[in-house]
Parts: sequence; C-alpha cells; structure tokens
Amino acid sequence: MAVLLLAEHDNKTLAASTAKALTAARAFGGNVDILVAGEGCRAVADEAAKLEGVGKVLLADAPQLAHRLAEDTTATILPLMANYTVLLAPATTMGKNVLPRVAALLDVGQISDIVEVKSPDTFVRPIYAGNALETVQTSDKIVVATVRTTAFAATGEGGSAAIETVTPADEVTSSSFVGADITESERPELTAARVVISGGRGMASGENFEKLIAPIADRLGAAIGASRAAVDSGYMPNDYQVGQTGKVVAPELYVAVGISGAIQHLAGMKDSKVIVAINKDAEAPIFQVADYGLVGDLFEVLPELNEELKKAGYGD
Amino acid sequence: MKILVPIKRVIDSNVKVRVKSDGSGVDLANVKMSMNPFCEIAVEEAVRIKERGEASEVVAVSIGGAKAQDTLRTALAMGADRAILVKADDTVEPLGVAKVLKAVVENEKPDLIILGKQAIDDDCNQTGQMLAGLLGVPQGTFASKVELDGDTVKVTREVDGGLETVALTKPAVITTDLRLNEPRYASLPNIMKAKKKPIDETTPGDLGVDIAPRLKVLAVAEPKAREAGIKVDGVTALVDKLKNEAGVL
Ligand SMILES: Cc1cc2nc3c(=O)[nH]c(=O)nc-3n(C[C@H](O)[C@H](O)[C@H](O)COP(=O)(O)OP(=O)(O)OC[C@H]3O[C@@H](n4cnc5c(N)ncnc54)[C@H](O)[C@@H]3O)c2cc1C
Ligand SMILES: Nc1ncnc2c1ncn2[C@@H]1O[C@H](COP(=O)(O)O)[C@@H](O)[C@H]1O
Repeated sequence: MAVLLLAEHDNKTLAASTAKALTAARAFGGNVDILVAGEGCRAVADEAAKLEGVGKVLLADAPQLAHRLAEDTTATILPLMANYTVLLAPATTMGKNVLPRVAALLDVGQISDIVEVKSPDTFVRPIYAGNALETVQTSDKIVVATVRTTAFAATGEGGSAAIETVTPADEVTSSSFVGADITESERPELTAARVVISGGRGMASGENFEKLIAPIADRLGAAIGASRAAVDSGYMPNDYQVGQTGKVVAPELYVAVGISGAIQHLAGMKDSKVIVAINKDAEAPIFQVADYGLVGDLFEVLPELNEELKKAGYGD
Repeated sequence: MKILVPIKRVIDSNVKVRVKSDGSGVDLANVKMSMNPFCEIAVEEAVRIKERGEASEVVAVSIGGAKAQDTLRTALAMGADRAILVKADDTVEPLGVAKVLKAVVENEKPDLIILGKQAIDDDCNQTGQMLAGLLGVPQGTFASKVELDGDTVKVTREVDGGLETVALTKPAVITTDLRLNEPRYASLPNIMKAKKKPIDETTPGDLGVDIAPRLKVLAVAEPKAREAGIKVDGVTALVDKLKNEAGVL
C-alpha cells in the first residue's frame, strides 16, 4: 500500500494541518509520500521532507499551481495515482475543493473528514453536525479521504526524505485565479491555536470584538473565532466562523462569549479540551458543554477578565 | 441561459438528531424534513439570476424517494420553472448523485449548475466537485458572490484564509456558501402556482447510471458526551480554576 498526501501550504510555509494529516496517513501502515503542489514552493518541500516517516516528497512547481485551483491540481495529481492506492489531504477548503474532483475522475467515492483509521479500508467520520459517528468500510480500489485534523496529533520532525520533482500537467484554461482578499492577522491560526476566544451575536458589533476580545486574545496568545451569526452580521470575516460548515477547532482552551451554543456551532468546537462559556442567559445550551460557565453580561465580564489576567501577569 | 439546481431533502436543521439504539443509523421516523439549507441558497441564487434577466430557465432536480417531490415543489414555489425527480429509494452516495446529475446535464445542457456546498445530513461536501470533474468543467465552490459576464462567471469563494475570486468559463459548476444570499420564503400565491408547474420523473436506470454504493456503514454511534461542568461566580474564580484546576492558563 502506498499513500499520497496532498500538502496544505501557502507556497512559503507548510501548514500545521499537513503534519496532522500525516499522522492519519501513517496509520495506513504503508509508505507515505507527500505532494507539494504550488509555485516557488521549494522551501515547503524542504519542510515536508523533514517530517518523520515520509518516503519522499514530490514537488510540482508551476505558475498554474500557485493557488492550487481544483482543475490544475487535479490534473497534476491524476497521473501520479498510478503509483498509489490511497490519496489523502487535510479537510481544509483546499482539500475539500480538490479531492472530490480527483476521486470522481478515479471513479471512486470520497470519505470526508475521517477522525479515525480503523484499518486501511475502514474509517470513522462524523455526520449530522457531529451528532453521530459512522464507521464505514469502502470497497473502492483506491481510497480517497480528507482528514479532520483536530482528531490527529501532528507528526514531528526527524526525517530527511528525498525531494523529487514531478512534471505538472498543462494549464487548464477554463478556470483562472482573479484575486484574493486574505485576512491579515498577527494572531495564531485559528485551527492551530492553543487558545481560541470566539464571539457571537451577543458581541453586537465588530468594534466590540476589537475593544473587548482582542486585548484578552493578545494576553493569552489566542486566536479569535466567531459564530455564524457574528459573521453573517458582518462583525467578523467569514474565515473566523467556527462550526459544522466553518472551521473545526479543538484547542486546549475555547472561550465562547455571547454564543448560544447551536448544534452547528458545537460541531466545530466541542472536542476542545476545556470550554468556557460567558453568556447572560443561564439557560443557553452552550452551558451544557462548558466546563466552566459564567453567567453575566459580557460587556462587564470581558473588561474584568482582561484586568484579572493583567493582574495575574499575562501579557504586558 | 439555463440553470440547473440539484437539491436534496434532508432532516430539518433544527431537529435534534438521535442515533438508533441498534446502531444502524439515525432515527428519521416522524422527523421534520426540509430542503437542505445550502440548496435553498442555490435555488435563491438561480432565481435571482433569472429575475435579473440573465437566465431564461431554472430547472430543479432531486435524486431521492417520492417525498423529494415536496422539496421540488418548494423550489418551484421559490421560482424554479420546472423540476425533475430521479427516483431512488436507498441512500445514493455523492459519486452516484454526481453520475446521475451528469446524465441530467447531458440531456438538459445547462450553462450553470448551482449546488449546495454541503448536505447537512451526510456532511460530505463532495457532489459539486465530483460533478465538475465528471463533466470536465470548472468549479467555483463555497461561493459568496457570483457575477456573470458573457461567457465567464466570476465566483468569490469563502476559503480558510479569507476570500478568493476565480473566473470560470461556462458551462461551470458553482456550490453555495452561507453568505451568498438569504433565501426567500415562498408566498402563498407562489405555492399555489407551483402546484401547476411540471415535475418530470425518471430513474437512475432510465438514465443508464450505476449508483451502487461504494461504502458499507458498519456502525453509527453517538459521540462521547461531555461531562456537565460547573458555574463560577465571577472572573476571579474563573481565572483561578483555569490556572489551578484545568491547568490551561
Ligand atoms: C446550514 C447551517 C449551517 C450553519 N453553520 C454554522 C456554523 O458553522 N457555525 C455557527 O456558529 N453557526 C452555524 N449555523 C447557525 C446556528 O444554527 C446558529 O444560528 C448560530 O450559531 C447562532 O449564533 P450565536 O450563538 O452567535 O447567536 P444567538 O443564537 O443569537 O445567540 C446569542 C447569544 O448571546 C447571548 N448574549 C446576548 N447579549 C449578551 C451579553 N450582553 N452578554 C452575554 N451574553 C449575551 C444570548 O444570551 C445568546 O445566548 C448554521 C446554521 C445552518 C442552518
Ligand atoms: N440526492 C441528491 N439530489 C440532488 N442533489 C443532491 C443530492 N445529494 C447531494 N446533492 C447536491 O450536492 C450538494 C452537496 O451534497 P454533499 O456532497 O452530499 O454534501 C447538495 O447541497 C445538493 O445540491
């Protein structure tokens, strides 16, 4: 059995989700190669080669792969699959966009968001917003799956795999990159952060996120998240959304502020190690999953919390 | 220009899902079913494009049991012109759905196919990408904005880092994200009118498509429930607990 893992990166650095998906890939018990597809991404391949247990790194470097559009990335992966029986990617928006297209062209199904590899053909995955876990066995000759990275620890460094260049497929002209509006932030990446503080509709405005949540996040080195209601209301950009149809996070500490705790939100955070809820409604469902609940008005609680953390020596 | 909108009938998003005690699946008996929320957004987008005069026909299609008729009627009441029901009683996996849709596309020759990004029952997020692959056409997934311009369609996509815009040559596949639009409620007169709109019926067999599943579900289980926590009476207590009890600060 040979596994190909499609790396997540931004052409400069390898994303943490790749090392986590690698742990799932290694659970198949066979050789694992990593494909780095991009433009000017040799440094990413170098990083991937250092991960423990990697057979070799395939580097496909071409202008049409700069943004890993599904059409071009698929065209580059397909011929490689002659040598592999498993194709994996982290369940990022890139992985979710590319892998089903590849699977269909291989005439195999895809198993989305695997959280456990029971055996090379049997997997566990969440369905119904994480309200149920299904164990599925595939009869396909090639396994294509995306990996829910919160379910796997990152593989560490310690390897020194060879890097082999592969020839990218010709450019697919029916689709082209126009532009991107990437959220700039000095804070840790949401899915990789040790602490996440999320705000919901109760925050009432984007300015309040800046005024009340940001100082606390900075003291704790936390990432900021949001509920769908907070994103729909324009308080925060779309990439802050945590939940069934947003990002899935499982930090050491998740603080939910002014979030009611709808199942779609819980789906994205209920595997966090410790959950804190701050909500003025003592009946809010978020308290049913919170280890520590604080009933109160966030406009009073957050400034107090900031002061308390300051006193306790966090941040400046 | 013609738009095809594949829609799925799923458990209503407000229903609390229960796993059957024998572990064979989730309990769907007597629970409220609705159009998948992302499919509602897809229908809404197609109807808006038509209302702007940029499309001449919106066709809704669903693969499912007889009850999928109700879901198709909802799409017709929202403004779709006609509908196709591809009857299949058992679960059809995304690859099977994509193959059926490919056959429908070959008959209907739409310029755009707008799907939901994800069905909230299987949470697969696959069908649109698979269909685009099988058709060999470009895909604009997780769309929060769709702009038509002659032969091309510009799609703004919700991605992990923020937003990304791609330009696709038609025919193209688009999948909807939450921020694309806010779907309308069908008005009573439109619900009445929808009753007269045609729904054609066919089957995967008639379309010459093999929808045999590739996956066997061995078990369905409830996830481990979280232990109920405690309420603290203020931030001082909270910080103390996080530091000294939970050890996460
Ligand atoms: C298809 C679909 C997909 C979805 N995907 C997601 C998803 O990925 N992520 C997600 O989050 N949601 C998702 N949702 C939406 C979800 O169902 C809820 O509507 C949403 O999570 C609610 O957000 P909220 O908790 O911020 O708002 P609300 O439910 O309105 O809750 C606001 C909370 O703030 C509290 N509050 C208000 N003022 C204060 C104050 N001053 N101090 C303290 N507390 C206060 C209130 O008591 C209340 O509990 C999805 C829904 C659907 C249908
Ligand atoms: N049985 C079906 N009939 C029609 N459309 C479907 C069906 N299943 C999935 N789809 C479409 O594919 C989208 C994504 O579904 P999925 O890939 O299952 O998450 C849905 O929002 C629908 O637009």
